[in-house]
Amino acid sequence: MGSDGAGWVGKGLARKEDNRLLRGRGKFIDDIRLHDMLYLKFVRSPYAHARVTSLDTAAAEALPGVICTLTGAEIAHQTNPFIEIGPDPFARIAELVQVDYESLEVVVDGEEALKASVLLHEEAGTNRVWRGTFEYGDIEKAFREAAHIVRIDKMHFHRFSSTPLENNAVIGQWDAKDEHIYYWCNNSFPSFAMQFIAAHLGTPIDRIRVQTFDIGGSFGIKITSYPQMSVCALASKKAGGRPVKWIETRSEHNVSSAHGNERTFRDTRVALDKDGVIMAIDSRHIDDCGAYPRYEPLGCVIWAQVFPGVYRFRNARIDFSQAVTNKCPVGPNRGYSRMQHLWFLERVVDICAHQLGIPPDEMRLRNYIRPEEFPYTTPNGCVYDSGNYPKMLQVAKERIDWEDWKKKQAMARAEGRWLGIGIGTTLDSGTNNFGQSQIVNPHAPFSGNSQGANCKLDIYGEVVVAVGSCPQGQGHETTAAQVVADVLNIHPDMVTVRTGFDTERNVHTGASGTYASQFAVSGLSAVHGAARKLKSEMKQLAAFLLKTGEENLEFGMGQQGPQIRAKDTGSSVNYWQLANVVNVNSAVLPEELYELTLNCRYVWRAPFKVPDKEKKYGSLTLTYASQLHIAVVEIDRDTFIPHILEYVAVDDCGKVINPPIVEGQVYGATAHGIGAALMERCVYDAVGNMLTATFSDYTPITAVNIPNVRYAHMETPSPHSYNGAKGMGEGGAAPIHTISAALQDALFSSGIVVSDSFNNADTLYRAMVAKDIYQAGDLVKMEKRA
Amino acid sequence: MPEAAPGVSIQVRVNGKLHPREVEPRKLLVEFIREDLELTGTHIGCDTTYCGACTVLMNGAAVKSCTVFAVQADGAEITTVEGLAKNGDLHPIQKAFGDCYGLQCGYCTPGLMISALQLLKDNPTPNREQIRKAIAGNTCRCTGYQNIFKAIENAATTMRSPSHAD
Repeated sequence: MGSDGAGWVGKGLARKEDNRLLRGRGKFIDDIRLHDMLYLKFVRSPYAHARVTSLDTAAAEALPGVICTLTGAEIAHQTNPFIEIGPDPFARIAELVQVDYESLEVVVDGEEALKASVLLHEEAGTNRVWRGTFEYGDIEKAFREAAHIVRIDKMHFHRFSSTPLENNAVIGQWDAKDEHIYYWCNNSFPSFAMQFIAAHLGTPIDRIRVQTFDIGGSFGIKITSYPQMSVCALASKKAGGRPVKWIETRSEHNVSSAHGNERTFRDTRVALDKDGVIMAIDSRHIDDCGAYPRYEPLGCVIWAQVFPGVYRFRNARIDFSQAVTNKCPVGPNRGYSRMQHLWFLERVVDICAHQLGIPPDEMRLRNYIRPEEFPYTTPNGCVYDSGNYPKMLQVAKERIDWEDWKKKQAMARAEGRWLGIGIGTTLDSGTNNFGQSQIVNPHAPFSGNSQGANCKLDIYGEVVVAVGSCPQGQGHETTAAQVVADVLNIHPDMVTVRTGFDTERNVHTGASGTYASQFAVSGLSAVHGAARKLKSEMKQLAAFLLKTGEENLEFGMGQQGPQIRAKDTGSSVNYWQLANVVNVNSAVLPEELYELTLNCRYVWRAPFKVPDKEKKYGSLTLTYASQLHIAVVEIDRDTFIPHILEYVAVDDCGKVINPPIVEGQVYGATAHGIGAALMERCVYDAVGNMLTATFSDYTPITAVNIPNVRYAHMETPSPHSYNGAKGMGEGGAAPIHTISAALQDALFSSGIVVSDSFNNADTLYRAMVAKDIYQAGDLVKMEKRA
Repeated sequence: MPEAAPGVSIQVRVNGKLHPREVEPRKLLVEFIREDLELTGTHIGCDTTYCGACTVLMNGAAVKSCTVFAVQADGAEITTVEGLAKNGDLHPIQKAFGDCYGLQCGYCTPGLMISALQLLKDNPTPNREQIRKAIAGNTCRCTGYQNIFKAIENAATTMRSPSHAD
């Protein structure tokens, strides 16, 4: 940080984004209307698994206003036919496309898919996408020496989706005049999407321009390279270059965008010593990735970023398989593929604690990685940068008044009430190493991570910053301005940060976008680097203009705005004067300053190596923010409805750039987790119909369902980032772990093991009355050997 | 281009300005606001009257404009997010949402502020439970609602002060 000194980083600066958004002047894709624009509509199969036997688009094409149709036969790899319609919304248009289907056998369960006779992708010859064993340490020795062995037959993490309020949206134009493809879209990983689209369409990547503007939430869902982007361009081409807009409907989004990974945990064995310290975990995990692997099989390895969670055990074996089913494909959803594994570990810890008669808080303290062990190398070679989990537990307990609740709980239990207190400890790993893709695909040409930024003095001396990120509410414009203001010792209001992503700003790298909890690290490192490059150029120019040495210069504010002052003479130049001599008055410059542009691009690269593909070993992520939540939950004994009585969220994301922005994101992630734990799930019937295709069925959490959340934060600065910050925002699904634990705590005495991540009155009724799920006797076995 | 269905003449006063227009009978109020009047601050999020991104004030009542036909708004007074600020100055609700970090992506914010406006017109001193119920029909996926509660409480205080004219 050195000479950066205005002190804006760390302050709760008001968000620069808010003025336009509060006035209804946000620019979202559906707000954009282009001349001659057409609208695209997809005809969707009513079957989860079927073969198209015939297709007739004549009636649809005869409808006035329809410009053209495109069928799967016209587009390689495009199996769903779709049609394009004119500017009026014709409700009947899809019905006019005559399609005959031969319906086929459906598989909706991942474990079933691995055994099923029906193949979803015949050319693959199997429904198993990938299988790999992640094994570290000496498993057999640990089990031989264990004092206790706990076996858990089956657990299941359910499917849900964070359903951003703005659906996917794209306008594509294949412009024959300049042979460019233009995209206005809300994709949140456009630099990656472009690499697919260019190859798919056979177009030089420089001829594709992608722009994003305001984006109405993503939570990972919008990073997928949706094929609709290619389709819009092809439709535009067929329609003579007219722009084609596709605005996904809510039902389309719920049925076919992306869901989070669903996972089943089988045959888990846990070796523990006499004190409850976990010595080894051995388990078999089956991931259900839906109909097609998209970014998959990356989800087969990304969970390994948090292989041991927050715990110290060194011996573990996870046999990981991924299966295809006739459901929506999965993708990043509040983090990618990790929360499932973290939930599994938290369930293991709670169940083992109960089996051994150790309180859950004590069990965690015995197993947490210790504060003095950071940076901590996990059994699979990841390096946890910093953290203090025992302290987080202490802070959370104080914030919720743990002792008082323990007393209240004892009284409630004496009255026969079902009241539980649950702890969830979790990680939000940020800034991924794409090299982990090579563990599942040794030929993947991706590794490391990078981000670009540009910082310039514009011709009139305005400070303008552009970043390769595409924020969806995370306040990048504000935090980037804070960083630049500190470098130049000016006010953040004097820094213009361009909104969204634009290939033609030429700042992006192939990894640019907004995903994997990383802006505070990768984005701000790039911004900081670009600002320092600019500052260095400004110094050289100012020294020349002020006829002094660079060491005499002082950056700050003068009467005419931002300036650089010579401490020895007291004379100064303002930013306009600097920009002027470089851009429009350059004859005054000496030749040795000709290379200065005041337009500085900087690319930050994460210090990663390609992991060892055979041993599945290496640093997979740069920073590890941690979260610890505690919930007090009471289950109504008459209605079986669980009520959250108290909730605390403690977050540690290292050095905080803007505290209220971080706090707001913690609340948001907490709401998603509580929603997922108690209300939100993607439900399919036996033939693959999605039963939660509308919000009324899916029921995203509302203001009447969310408890008041107490928030506390801690800062253990990261040694892996220049600013001590860690990526944050996804929250590691802490509430799902925490609520499972609290329900478990409420019901342990009834012989119940909470083995599913989704719970509501129905599951609790089944557990307690119908007794057809969650029966401990069926699920858990304990072997005491000491 | 197809022949349009026979239009219906309507007059709607939106944010104080009268708009005489011909509309198709099937046109939704939200489409009328966004497409015909080009007021794109009102959003569409769910198509099924759950999320409230399309909430506008119609004759003083918050309605989900995706579930009202434009022809039903004939003769009505509508307030959208664009009508909240007066002479460029933010309404206390807008200011409070900003001050309290009550928005992130901003997609739900216009609808939420309109629901808050109706609440505070009807009940200048709402408690937390009343605030929860008033915005139960507005889904926000970013904020977890906590800072929205604070924003509405903050706006209520401002709007009760004698210096607030509205």
